[in-house]
Amino acid sequence: MSTTATAVRRTGARKAGRRATRGTSGIGTTGWVAIVLLGLVVCGALLAPLLSPQGPNAVDLSGAYQGSSGAHLLGTDASGRDLLSRLFHGSRTALIGPFLVVAVSTLLGTVLALAAVWFGGWFDQLVVRVVDAVFAFPGLLLAILATALFGSGLPAAVVALSVAYVPYIARIVRSAALRERNLPYIAALQVQGVHGLRIALGHILPNVGGLIVANATLAFGFALMDLAGLSFIGLGVQPPTSDWGAMVGTGMAGVLQQHPQEALFASALIVITVGAVNMLGDRLTERWEARS
Amino acid sequence: MNALLQVEDLTVKLPVAGELRTVLRDVSFSLDRGSTLGLVGESGSGKSMTVRTVARLLPDGADVRGGVRFDGADVFDLRADALRSYRAKDVAMIFQDARAYTNPVRTIGDFLTEAMRVNDRMPKAAARKRAQELLAEVGIGDPERRLRQYPHELSGGLLQRVMIAAAVAARPRLILADEPTTALDVTTQAEVMAILRRMQREYGMAMLFITHDLELAGAVCDETIVLYAGQVMERQASVRLHEDPLHPYTAALVRARPEIDRRVDRLPAISGHPTTAYEAPDGCAFAPRCSFAQDDCLAGVPPLLRIGPGQTRCVQMPDLRGQLMPQSQPQPQPQPQSQPQSQPQSQPYVGSATNEEAQR
Repeated sequence: MSTTATAVRRTGARKAGRRATRGTSGIGTTGWVAIVLLGLVVCGALLAPLLSPQGPNAVDLSGAYQGSSGAHLLGTDASGRDLLSRLFHGSRTALIGPFLVVAVSTLLGTVLALAAVWFGGWFDQLVVRVVDAVFAFPGLLLAILATALFGSGLPAAVVALSVAYVPYIARIVRSAALRERNLPYIAALQVQGVHGLRIALGHILPNVGGLIVANATLAFGFALMDLAGLSFIGLGVQPPTSDWGAMVGTGMAGVLQQHPQEALFASALIVITVGAVNMLGDRLTERWEARS
Repeated sequence: MNALLQVEDLTVKLPVAGELRTVLRDVSFSLDRGSTLGLVGESGSGKSMTVRTVARLLPDGADVRGGVRFDGADVFDLRADALRSYRAKDVAMIFQDARAYTNPVRTIGDFLTEAMRVNDRMPKAAARKRAQELLAEVGIGDPERRLRQYPHELSGGLLQRVMIAAAVAARPRLILADEPTTALDVTTQAEVMAILRRMQREYGMAMLFITHDLELAGAVCDETIVLYAGQVMERQASVRLHEDPLHPYTAALVRARPEIDRRVDRLPAISGHPTTAYEAPDGCAFAPRCSFAQDDCLAGVPPLLRIGPGQTRCVQMPDLRGQLMPQSQPQPQPQPQSQPQSQPQSQPYVGSATNEEAQR
């Protein structure tokens, strides 16, 4: 019976820890490669002060545009600042921004979606319309608008992107939660007199949790790109704070002067991180889809 | 009157593809404390809808007229808190497919203790202890281990017992049993029914029992209601249903069953296909398939007539009574001329009635 099979698959993830009957960790080699890469990047960000050979803002104008050397493993930028140190410190702003965006938008989106599904009726319709309306605005455009209103800098950009990403999460969670809500076991819980809030948070949410995690992961990649883009055009992280996106921007001048290191290394890190995040997100999504 | 459950002129319409379709029409019945009322009828006759309406488990946008009174209080007037308490304490439901009605990622223990912990604010250890007692009561051995297991690890019969345990946990006054044994094999069926009956007697619960099985209804229920196209066709004591049906539809259902002491090549089936409430004709809903139908059957919806100990919605009944069932057993049943090829009565309904729909 198919319901039995689904039940087995659904519990598989939880059972795997207790009893290794099936290899249901299921994110595959690429998933693990992605996790290792992301782990390295996150460690770099967390341990930046320890790992950096110099301060990220230590200017040495006489030592501008140096190549790799013992003192500067990756060379220096136009102001003679150590690139390796700036990359380590830059990873902090590069990761914290998307993290905040994803945290806020996932929380808001999930709450909205669950509320819409639970209450249904006009509230559901309202949520769907508003979400569609917000969805029509490109996130980057909203962010540029926000920086125009509230001034450049990371906070405005993060707030704007958080709002812009809500529809993305809300739509996906709503459709999954809607399917879940119409499953018979929800009716069984209702008829046992279980509170709606408890059903939504204790039963529907865990059962769509995998999907939320998968999409939050993918959203992280997009948010990182968007924020790096904003910093690149100078609306995001402001100098002298180091940031990958901003480094690609300031590094452009160096590229024209045959010193591509700064832009190159910063973009490489963006590409690697976003690539790893997307790989992981795809694997997680596949795993979710395999169960339903 | 002091009935526990009183359903009066209940008409339910559900939104399907943008229009409201009638699924129940003027259903009325009452159920006394501790007694059992059976609901029988074909698929789509409104059995489950009746029970779901009593639990107020209807889809959004359902249009409900008439009343469902539980212990004097109108169920559809209950506010959120009162409704939750009504569901938590007064009614419990047992479903046909226990597996679909349990959250697959929660253990049996979570499932059984959730209502206790939420509704009665029982501490976890006490709730687990009570859950173990309940499992023992429904004849499940090694309850401690069962509490740790997931629904997929239990057989259908075991899981249905767990459902019964969950249903009686709060000692409700009314059990709504929606074909609790249909998905089980026959021997398991008997066991589960025995447990359900025992629990019902011990706790003095009333039961609304849905089944396809006329024999089972006869054995379990004090009275039985036969539903067709969302209407009550007949109501009377279950034991009388077989020998003295009060509606040609019931008689046809009874004749369509195989009997253990009689060999037949082909069971007499009811011609045509089951009608749903929204496509029923103006008059008697069963008239198009009825071999006794006459012109006046289609003149307006027939009222529920009192006949002897029961009720019927057949206008011909005063004349037909006693002629519906073959009196001498060994004779072949009277097969009406109009009966074409035998059709399995349980054939799933596939909405082939677009013509009738268009006419309306």
